[in-house]
Amino acid sequence: MNRTEREATVRRLMEQVPPPVPPELYGEVLRRGARMLRRRTVARRLLWLALFAAAVAFTVWALTARPWVEPPSQTTPPLTGW
Amino acid sequence: MRERQASHNARRAREFEAFVAGAAGRLLHAATLLTGEAPDDNPRARRLLTLALAHTYACWDRMRGEDPYDHARQYLATRFARGAWHQYGGGPGRGRPHPRSPLAVLTPQERLIVVLRLYEGVAEEQAAALLGLPTERVHTICDRATATLLHPRRGQTPAVASAKVAPS
Repeated sequence: MNRTEREATVRRLMEQVPPPVPPELYGEVLRRGARMLRRRTVARRLLWLALFAAAVAFTVWALTARPWVEPPSQTTPPLTGW
Repeated sequence: MRERQASHNARRAREFEAFVAGAAGRLLHAATLLTGEAPDDNPRARRLLTLALAHTYACWDRMRGEDPYDHARQYLATRFARGAWHQYGGGPGRGRPHPRSPLAVLTPQERLIVVLRLYEGVAEEQAAALLGLPTERVHTICDRATATLLHPRRGQTPAVASAKVAPS
């Protein structure tokens, strides 16, 4: 028996008994699928919200701390010529 | 805007229902072969199919030109591969296939490859890429599984012996 015949025999073996599809399957699929979509939407919104909050926090910090301004000198120049 | 959204949702529901009506029977048969359950008592196969179809529903809008049947089948196969690894890999237990299943003599991995290759007609390269195995390995497993199915007495003993020698 060659390879093609063997594969055909196995195919026939598998095709024998098709199981009946339960009628409540479609409703369950819709319920789960809709839940998955809802969760994705919520996760996406939360992510954008976190991004927005981080941007706002950074702006407020930058405006109050002004990290680009040179800090005032901590040492006084030596007094000479007195 | 809202009206357009509603009509879009209605169209999607119609398309998806038509897809499920056409594909559920074949996919459920494939899932039942995978789990090795009897055709009239297949809770695990139903669960697998429900998850795969729900995933397809959730990805329906983002599937640009991709075949939804392909998508569902891929999800089914990878989900089963992961589940078989975690729950049913550890010897005989609750995962033991039902004797009335045509693939009852095979291991979960052999069932997966036989169903993908022979029942679904997926090309060897695609099946290998989907499962993360080399193509030659898929070829070998498929051959061995076919031999086991056609000659259960002779095929079963070397499979068990080789599994003991090389558990990885």
